[in-house]
This record gives sequence, C-alpha cells and structure tokens, in this order.
Amino acid sequence: MSRFEYAPAPESRAIVDIKSSYGLFVNGQFIEATDGKPFKTVSPASEEVLAEVSEAGPADVDKAVKAARKAFDKVWGPMSGKDRAKYLFRIARLIQERSRELAVLESLDNGKPIRESRDVDIPLVAAHFFYYAGWADKLEYAGVGDDPQPWGVAGQVIPWNFPMLMLAWKIAPALAAGNTVVLKPAETTPLTALAFAEICQQADLPPGVVNIVTGAGRTGQALVEHPDVDKVAFTGSTDVGRAIAKSVAGTHKAVTLELGGKAANIVFEDAPIDQTIEGIVNGIFFNQGHVCCAGSRLLVQESVYDEVLARLKRRMGTLRVGDPLDKNTDIGAINSAAQLAKIRELSQIGEDEGAERWSPDCELPANGYWFPPTVFTGVSQAHRIAREEIFGPVLSVLTFRTPAEAVEKANNTPFGLSAGIWTEKGSRILWMANQLRAGVVWANTFNRFDPTSPFGGYKESGYGREGGRHGLEAYLAH
Amino acid sequence: MTTLDSGVDSLADVTSSEDRLRRFLLGLPGVDQVGAEARAATLSTRSIKTTAKQYALDLAIQMIDLTTLEGQDTPGKVRALCAKAKRPDPADPTAPQVAAVCVYPDLVATAKRELQGSGINVASVATAFPSGRSSLAIKVQDTKDAVASGADEVDMVIDRGAFLSGRYAMVFDEIAAIREAAGDAHLKVILETGELVTYDNVRRASWLAMLAGADFIKTSTGKVSPAATLPVTLVMLEAVRDYHEATGLHIGVKPAGGIRTAKDAIKYLVTVNETAGPDWLDPELFRFGASSLLNDLLMQRTKLATGHYPGPDYFTLD
Repeated sequence: MSRFEYAPAPESRAIVDIKSSYGLFVNGQFIEATDGKPFKTVSPASEEVLAEVSEAGPADVDKAVKAARKAFDKVWGPMSGKDRAKYLFRIARLIQERSRELAVLESLDNGKPIRESRDVDIPLVAAHFFYYAGWADKLEYAGVGDDPQPWGVAGQVIPWNFPMLMLAWKIAPALAAGNTVVLKPAETTPLTALAFAEICQQADLPPGVVNIVTGAGRTGQALVEHPDVDKVAFTGSTDVGRAIAKSVAGTHKAVTLELGGKAANIVFEDAPIDQTIEGIVNGIFFNQGHVCCAGSRLLVQESVYDEVLARLKRRMGTLRVGDPLDKNTDIGAINSAAQLAKIRELSQIGEDEGAERWSPDCELPANGYWFPPTVFTGVSQAHRIAREEIFGPVLSVLTFRTPAEAVEKANNTPFGLSAGIWTEKGSRILWMANQLRAGVVWANTFNRFDPTSPFGGYKESGYGREGGRHGLEAYLAH
Repeated sequence: MTTLDSGVDSLADVTSSEDRLRRFLLGLPGVDQVGAEARAATLSTRSIKTTAKQYALDLAIQMIDLTTLEGQDTPGKVRALCAKAKRPDPADPTAPQVAAVCVYPDLVATAKRELQGSGINVASVATAFPSGRSSLAIKVQDTKDAVASGADEVDMVIDRGAFLSGRYAMVFDEIAAIREAAGDAHLKVILETGELVTYDNVRRASWLAMLAGADFIKTSTGKVSPAATLPVTLVMLEAVRDYHEATGLHIGVKPAGGIRTAKDAIKYLVTVNETAGPDWLDPELFRFGASSLLNDLLMQRTKLATGHYPGPDYFTLD
C-alpha cells in the first residue's frame, strides 16, 4: 500500500437501545398519545427507520401543560434553589455517564458525525446543566433584581440541528430558575429528548417538572398557544418565529426567539492564514452547515482573495464525507429529504444567478441525504445565496477592500446573529466588534460555544439571550 | 501573507540582504496559537485501525532515526543500537529496518562499520550540539569531522541566541556555512523549538533554515523540554508545504524527542498526511528522532499480527 487510506473506524451501535415505539413523556411517565398519529424517525445517513414516535395533539399537550402546572405549584416552585440544584447536578452527571450512548443516538437520528456529537454536543450538554445547577441557589445575584421569580410553565420548541444541546439550552436555565417545562423536540430528531426523559426518571426528578411532547408544527402550535403557558422559548426558522411572535402578542406570555442567520466571516489581509482556513471550514462545514450562526458569507479582503481561495479549496479536498458513525468522518448526512431539497434548490439558484460553484471530488453514499461541501465564488450582495439562509454546507464568497466596506457588507442583511473577524491586529478586532450588528462576534475563531457566554441575535435573528447569566433573565420575572 | 505566493525568483531575492531577509521573515503570516493547537487536537482524534494501522506502524518504523546521544555512550552501546536498527524484531524478520542511526561525531566511525551494506544511514549531530554555543570555526570543523568519519546525515543546531535577538542573517550564514561543510551529506537543521517558544518563531525559523539550504527541518535536540509537540510539527509541516508551493522543492520534517508511543507516532503521520500531504509519507521526507518509540511500534505490530501483546521482555532493549 502506498497511500495512507484510513480504514473504516465505526463507533459501535450496540450501546444504544432504541425501542420500536415511544409514547409521550408526561408527568414522569411515558403515555400513549390520545389524539395524534404516530410518525417515524429515520437515520438520515441510510433512511433506515429507527423508531415510531407518538404525535401529541392539543389534548395531549393540554395534559402535559397541566402536569407542568401542578408540578410548578406543588413541588418545583416551592422547592429551595439548593434542592433544585441537586437534581440538576444529578442530571448533569447522568448525562456524562451516558455520554457515549447519547452521542451515538444523536449521530444516528440527526446524521452529524460522531466526532462532533462525542466531542462537542454532549460535553456541552453536560456543561450547561452543571453551569445552571450552580445558579439555582444564587438567583438573587443574577443581576435581575433582589427577588427574582420564575414565570411558571415554560413551553419550549427546539430545532433538529443540535437536538440535545438545544434541549439543554432550554431546560437547564428554566429549571434552575424554578420553572417547569413542556418541551417539543423537532419531528426528525426526537430520540435524544426521549432518552433525556429516561434520564429525568433515573434522576428521580419529580413528575411533571419536565414533560416531552413529540410531534411536528401542529404540536408546537398547540404548545405555544396554550393559555396556561407563561413563557415561550423557540429556536428555529424566522418564519415560524414570526408566527409565534404574532400568536403570543397580546397575551401574558413572555417570549424569547432564536432564529436564522447569515453570518459574515470576515478575513483581513493580515489574518493568521492557516488558522483562518480552519475557521472558515469550521464556520460553514461544522454540523453540515446546519448551524443558525454558521459563517455562510465569507468576506475576504481583495488583496488576499486568490491565496485564501486556493488554500480553502485545498483544505476542502481533505474533508471526509460519509458515515456519521465513522470516527474519521468530518461531514455527515443532511438531516432530512426536505432540507436536502432546500439546499439543492438554493444552490441551483446560485448557479442560475451566475455564481461559480465548486466542490471537491467526493463520493457520496448511495442511500440517505447527502450534499458535498460547496463553495460559491463571484457572489454579490444581490444574489439570493448571499441573503437567504441555506442551512447547509454551502459557502458564499464575497470580497471587500476596506474595513468600512467589510462592516457595511456584513451588516447589510436582515439577520444579525453572529460574525467572525480574522486579523492579527487587536485594535481592528475591537473596532469591528463595535460596528457589527450581530449578537455574537468571534475573533480569530468561529462556532465556539460555552455555557457561560450569552448567545442570541439582532433583527430577524430574534431576541433574548441564552447562556450565561443573561440566559437566566429569560426565565425570571423581574 | 502575499509573500508566500511570490515564487522562486523573489525568494532568492529575500536572502540578498540582511534587511530584506528580516522583512521577509517578519512579514510571514502569523500563527494563532489557540487555532493551531485546536487543529492539532482535532487531527489527534483520527481513529487509525486495522489495515491503516498496519501501514502506519511499518511506515513509522522505517522513519525512525534510532538515536543515542548520551555522555555515557560507548562503542559497545552504538554497536548494540546498530544491531537493533538492522533487525528491530529478532522474532519477526518481516519487521522493516529503521532509516538511520543517530550518534555523536566521535562514534560515527563505529556506527558506519556496523551498518555497512545495510542501507541504513548514519546521522551525526554536530555544531556544538546541543547548545550550539561555540565559534563558527569549531562548528564547521565539528561538521567536517563527522562527514569525514562517514556520516551520511548531519543534524546541526541553530544559534537560538542569535535568532531570539533578531540576528537572522547570522543564523542564515551559519546554516549556509554548515551546508557547505557538510558537502553531500543530508543536512537537518534543528530549530530547538522549545527555546523559540512561540509558533510565530517556529514558522520564521523554519523558513530561515529552508532558505539557507536545509534538507530537513527538525524540532529539537531532545535535551530541552518541551521537545517535539504536535502543534509545533504542524506549523513546520505547513512551512514545508508552503515552501514547496513557492519553489517546487521538498524539504523534510523531523520531530525529535518525547515521541514514545505508537499512538503518538500515528498522530504525527495523520498530521503529515492531512497537512503537507501524502508526498511526505516517506522516510526521505519525514523522520522520527526517537529511541524507545521503536519497541512500542514493534509491540503494536506484533499485537496486530497475532492478536495479543507480548510482554516488554520479548523486545530487545537497544
């Protein structure tokens, strides 16, 4: 053998025990749905059916909200912060103990590479629970008044791109603040949320504190429109976010929305070039580009455009696309047929509008939903691929000449979730960060998350912050 | 960072004066420490199994410069090391030979005799190794002695004091002088990255050594901690890759010191493969400066072939 071909290194599936069907998790128990039709969840890498999942209808959602209300009134609300913390610490430790299983389950159901679910998603999930467990008995020091109080019942709807991590972002601060929750995972990725329900049982969490209702848009609508929900938290598309904002307008409900993005990743001529290339790759190809804060618009200073593009293409040639459970996979499967169709459609529009499309040679598996890492050059601000969120492994490259032009172009979007700056000049980083209208600005890195750091957007990217002390604020009346 | 694209002609130009050399080195793109270390850590997670592992273990053995650089070295010790180099695993004749045996200059003749006809090179450290604190005349003589005794490869050290005080031309001239004194011998230039400390310095020193005529750039003497690390080697591999892009020339890389396990060696090979590229997966262009690494590679090799680990007593000590 003359070349170093990595042999398959699959993570074993034996560690997960997927049931053939799942009920709803209400009041501490799995129950049958009464007014919905069951649906199937598949592995996007092979289209294999993994399990059948119940759909919660309005009556089921009502049951879950009632359970949450009762738990809030009788147990969780009156409980001391110190005791709530004990449960959260226990959950965090159980997540760590079951981390391999959860990582495999996440990769199976979502299609993301095991390297990411194992090294990023699940460790961050545990970190979020540990972090907010620490806050539970210190809420008066969170900077939201002397005697902050929970809202009551939180209705939470999360997306499919980071199923378990988004669950943690929602549930950990809500419980720490003393709320009870009804959470709806995305219909294509319900399995880790259902595993989390088992962890709640294992942790002896009082019944009704966490309720998981599975289903699609109809279930989510029933949840956010339920009159006894006090607080709505949503992460997902801007369109659905808008509909939620309308439906809660004029009610007593508090709401936070974390929506789409079209982040600018800005490369200056004095950038640390090799790490910048890694940052561009991580910015757009991490999690197949299914990241609301993905660096999907690359803004490169014209003086280094050729070199950056040449190096980026060379690096893209080493990305390994394939089986999400193979430990050497860098890019896994697109989460669903519908998402794949959307990525294909927008990419076709990019070509039709005259942008130049390039992907490295890579063999895609025959079954499942796949899209190669793709870069579009010759893109202008007017192109749809520079304006609309593709939510896939597709990068649009634009250029700029001066820092002021970079800022202007970066801000020229209805979104404002995140941005990246690559330069060795510290003063420019600070100046840019002040000019950019984005909730998160990364300097010489991208897609870095930490439970202590707040995350959220401007404009059509939503409102409210998750993570850090700021993330508690969303779950406290003050 | 525009400098890297400018090609061979302008590279000859950058060494034409002290001022130009200095501006060129200081104009190289920066290395972000956090990013470089994160990239190395990600590459470390590659899982190399079965056939890929077999290939990697055999390749790593063939890339070893089996080394003894101790004050207590004797002809007897060197003869034993040479025997080991020729036949690393007495129980398994299919185990490949190492690339070279690396010794102090006074023991080159002994090694040369032992290795005659084996195809294994003799490498000698030189230039007042490991500190390099001596006059240029002595360093040149040291090199000439080694080559006269039969060294096929010379591992020189750079003057880190001169480098750190910004006297790049002095370092350049010294490497060029040793290059000349070494004649046909392969020249490896030790940067002693543990004393250069920053990745920016590692990148600059790498370019400086390549411009001055190095065949190989090497991380460390093994006498300073830290010796070789994966991120340092990554930065050096990026440098040889960029130098190749600019000139068409292939320069080798040798991490030395601190690489003791097969697992570590495989991480380096993955980094070579995904940074400089498959061309560098060749003992002509990548070496490990190591001693105890060899036995771990042999042990893993036997494990892969037979399914069980033999105890350490089944492998020879040197």
